[in-house]
Amino acid sequence: MSEPILQLDSVSKIFGQGRGLVHAARNVSLTLTPGRTLALVGESGSGKTTVARLIMREYVPDGGRVLYRGAALDARDAKAVKAYRSAVQMVFQDPFASLNPTHTIRYHLERPLRLHQRQLSASERLAHARELLERVKLDPDQLLAKFPHELSGGQRQRISIARALAVNPQVIVADEPTSMLDVSVRLGVLNLLNDMRSQLGLALLYITHDIATARFVAGEIMVMYAGQVVEWGDTESVLNNPQHPYTRLLLAAVPDPDRRFADTPPGTELESIEVIREQAARPQPETRQVGDNHFIRPIPV
Amino acid sequence: MTEQVLSIRNLTIDYVGGDSNFRAVKDVSFDIAPGEFFGLAGESGCGKSTIAFAVSRLHRPPALIRSGSEILVGGRNVLDLDDEALRSFRWREVAMVFQSAMNSLNPVLTIADQFYDVLRAHSQVTREQARTRAAELLKLVDISPDRLSAYPHQCSGGMRQRIVIAICLALNPRLLIMDEPTTALDVVVQREILQRIDVLRKKLGFAVLFITHDLGLMVQVSDRIGIMLEGELVEVNDAITIYNAPQHPYTRRLWASMPRLHGEQIKPEANL
Repeated sequence: MSEPILQLDSVSKIFGQGRGLVHAARNVSLTLTPGRTLALVGESGSGKTTVARLIMREYVPDGGRVLYRGAALDARDAKAVKAYRSAVQMVFQDPFASLNPTHTIRYHLERPLRLHQRQLSASERLAHARELLERVKLDPDQLLAKFPHELSGGQRQRISIARALAVNPQVIVADEPTSMLDVSVRLGVLNLLNDMRSQLGLALLYITHDIATARFVAGEIMVMYAGQVVEWGDTESVLNNPQHPYTRLLLAAVPDPDRRFADTPPGTELESIEVIREQAARPQPETRQVGDNHFIRPIPV
Repeated sequence: MTEQVLSIRNLTIDYVGGDSNFRAVKDVSFDIAPGEFFGLAGESGCGKSTIAFAVSRLHRPPALIRSGSEILVGGRNVLDLDDEALRSFRWREVAMVFQSAMNSLNPVLTIADQFYDVLRAHSQVTREQARTRAAELLKLVDISPDRLSAYPHQCSGGMRQRIVIAICLALNPRLLIMDEPTTALDVVVQREILQRIDVLRKKLGFAVLFITHDLGLMVQVSDRIGIMLEGELVEVNDAITIYNAPQHPYTRRLWASMPRLHGEQIKPEANL
């Protein structure tokens, strides 16, 4: 097993002040390993994006440490911070908002190179941009001179991925990269992320509320609720044998053509969801191991 | 045969352009029976929302409904209604929940005023009567009547969505159109809202035209499903058949592109 590349060690982030404190992330620990995908799932407001932003150094943690190659980054060491920003890249949720409408695709792909690989000449940069587009299976001749509005959502998300790959990253944080895409193009983007991970040995953190896609790309999964990771482990173990009431609630709510409304008396399933929500809100017993690589933890009261 | 709530016959819609027209809906026909939950599925740009807008005549130029098309609601052709008839037809017979329904509430009006707005336009009510009716409707969607004095920004996304649904039910429409009503919500809230709709339509008897691209969700909630591809309705069948024995190759490809939660995973190369 290869060495972890990025770790969160009991990281917390608190927003607000006085009595209005919100624990957006509470003692979150996770490990990203080259060539592997970790999925982070949970409902809106569970703290998934806060974790992504903590990794991206957009937020300063209020507790805990972010470890890159085993060591915490010294914020005063500008060179190290820049290297980190190159090594850890993000793909955002909304491909319509994450590309600048006033710039061409070529500009988007060359900009990270201008910032992080200043030794490249203009022609080298262009060659690199073309190569990136080919890597994400887009045609450079067609796209380099285009503007974001001329592209479909799926194409734009591929551009975002190409941009993230421009500076040879080690870690990619993908925050709901397919939630704004059509079902029919989702799979293409997921396959692309998967291919990049295995070809380039990237560590991938895949953030989503769509558990079915999490199963598709990730070997390990973490479930977040109210800022805390409540259940984690091997994806198959967690999904087939969910132990935490909140994980069960999430799984029960996933659209499932095998459980049709027409086959149950009206409203009964709704009640069961409400019951699980109540259970999930109750404090759970201490953290315990429930499988080979499968753990659950109490919910904060 | 009982009379259908909605009968669409040979519906053809073009987006008229300078040089050429784009045919968004091509000769589509289907029926929705009273109380039926009908799903319309397909990817972006397949024309499903164009149909939804056309049914309540909310389409705007450059969309143009070609002659020969018929949209029959309660036996009347919606396309023939004059302005006055159209005004009483909307909300009363067909109400629509939009894709970004959370943002379709007026931010500067209280919830009570938004109900009053609709009720006053379509029936003779006093403010007091409207408030009482609004409280009843909010109870239907499981929201406390205390919320009547709140503004939209004080409610969560899921709550706003349920408020919009409650307003849609204010005049007892026979058909509720929901255009991707839950895409902006997370799965738990989505499930709660759809189950609520399912309970309500069985209680109140309205039919639903439900539009989404999530086929799994659609099979779960719908009685019958129509699959659209590039403006054409390529398959209409019982939800069970769409799931277990899809007839059209496109329907099969759609299923092949949906990652599964349990059991055998789909193959990565399965792509549209």
